[in-house]
Amino acid sequence: MKKANRVITILIFVFLYAPMLVLIIGSFNEGKSLARFDGFTFEQYAELFRDQDLLKLLGNSILISVISSFVATVFGTVAAVGICNLKPKMRRLVMQLTDIPMTNPDIVTGISLSLLFVFVGTKMLGQRDSLTFWTLLIAHVTFNLPYVILNVMPKLNQMDHSLTDAAMDLGCTPLQSFFKVTLHEILPGVVAGAIMAFTMSLDDFVISYFVSGMDFVTLPVEIYSYTKKPIPPKIYAMFTLLFLLILVLMITMNLLQLRSDKKKVQVGK
Amino acid sequence: MKRNKSVLLSVPYILWMVAFTLIPLGVVCYYALTDPNTGEFTWSNIAELGTFLPVFGESIGYSLVSALLCLVLGYPVAYFIAHRKPLTQKLLYMLVMLPMCMSFLLRTLAWVALLQDTGIINDFLEMLGLARLPLIRHPVAVVLGMVYNYLPYMILPLYAIIVKIDNRLIEAAEDLGCTPAQTFVKVVLPLSMPGIVSGITMVFVPAVSTFYISQKLGDTGTFLIGDVIERLFKQGDNANLGAALSLLLMILVFVCTGIMNKLTDSDGEEMVVV
Repeated sequence: MKKANRVITILIFVFLYAPMLVLIIGSFNEGKSLARFDGFTFEQYAELFRDQDLLKLLGNSILISVISSFVATVFGTVAAVGICNLKPKMRRLVMQLTDIPMTNPDIVTGISLSLLFVFVGTKMLGQRDSLTFWTLLIAHVTFNLPYVILNVMPKLNQMDHSLTDAAMDLGCTPLQSFFKVTLHEILPGVVAGAIMAFTMSLDDFVISYFVSGMDFVTLPVEIYSYTKKPIPPKIYAMFTLLFLLILVLMITMNLLQLRSDKKKVQVGK
Repeated sequence: MKRNKSVLLSVPYILWMVAFTLIPLGVVCYYALTDPNTGEFTWSNIAELGTFLPVFGESIGYSLVSALLCLVLGYPVAYFIAHRKPLTQKLLYMLVMLPMCMSFLLRTLAWVALLQDTGIINDFLEMLGLARLPLIRHPVAVVLGMVYNYLPYMILPLYAIIVKIDNRLIEAAEDLGCTPAQTFVKVVLPLSMPGIVSGITMVFVPAVSTFYISQKLGDTGTFLIGDVIERLFKQGDNANLGAALSLLLMILVFVCTGIMNKLTDSDGEEMVVV
């Protein structure tokens, strides 16, 4: 039984990583096809860094995910403190509201937001292009907020609230007690929420596809448009670089966590 | 007094969520109930939904099969990870999460390269002296694409629950004479129910509404509900019918998740924490 589990796990990891390996090998391929390897080259990487348009799209993606995850993290953390103090009935209602973008299929979220923006933009404000950078940003903040709230709320609930009372008894203003006590206690939840929001935002295709306009396009939306034309191999080079970036990010995060865990153990002793 | 004040912090959030989740759903209802040309009230979009019921059926079928396959494949993996040393657990958890952060469009395209008639798997089969197989443009390829893309969404919640199961319960069951199979069915499986339910929901919802996987891996005749909605919005220019379909899709998903949540009602509170 245990052996079977091990074999299945290895096979599943092969299954999960084989397509990514195909893409990575494809980035060193002289030919254009993913299915046939014609010879080794770094040309696709050189090609990638010469392509200003593609780099700009990557920049767009990073810009929107950094801004939206930052806004959602600040906004969501503040909101979570408020929600935490609501009466139970009201709190349950607000959490149900938070669940809507989580349970709704992405396609429905994307369509409902795009219809709203078009409705308000063209029918009420008379704009010609109602889908812009700002509508995309609003959409990303909206689907990022629940991730922040759901990561911060449990930490707030676990926290010992007499700590903030003590801080205020000792002369802290509510704002000071938030920054000096509460934030310190809930920080792991805030960081986890921010990272989740960032990765969700960076890789979001479905919602962005419906909500973005002509003037501001993100990388996944552009990649989708390649379904009609053949995909240039420099995209695989970009995939490989992003893969390395995310791998390094994840390893650093784990190492940092490991170190802080160790510190806690030492303090405990 | 201070309690009342800090409650105010939630007001901007509530307003934001009402403006950008509830009101948009209202706008979807508005579009679903108006005529695309005249903009007048009509039931005709809703009446037309009947013709799409087979597509809905097919989408539900595909995603249920995928969700169950994910459960069968994901459970052993989650169980294996949960019983490693803490450091190995962290590493394996990271490796399950990593694919979720990478472009699912490109990863699906890689499957096309693997499965197509002149693809990697078929070239390999030929090298071994075997016949080429029609792997792509087949319902099985669509299920494979769904399982591949959404398997991590099954493994992670399962792992989160299994790792919390108290080992003493398993030991107790064994001491009292349970065979390993009995221990699994009577102790481990019931305790992992919340993870199973949330895993199935997390696979089912994106799978039932997908439109890229079926376009790339499915037969040319395969239209899932996501494909139909995408076409109506981006090519067909009948946003009103598309809105009606989205509304039905949303109701379907809410009914499904509602039923799933009922199944684990007592654990409802804990799910949020996970």
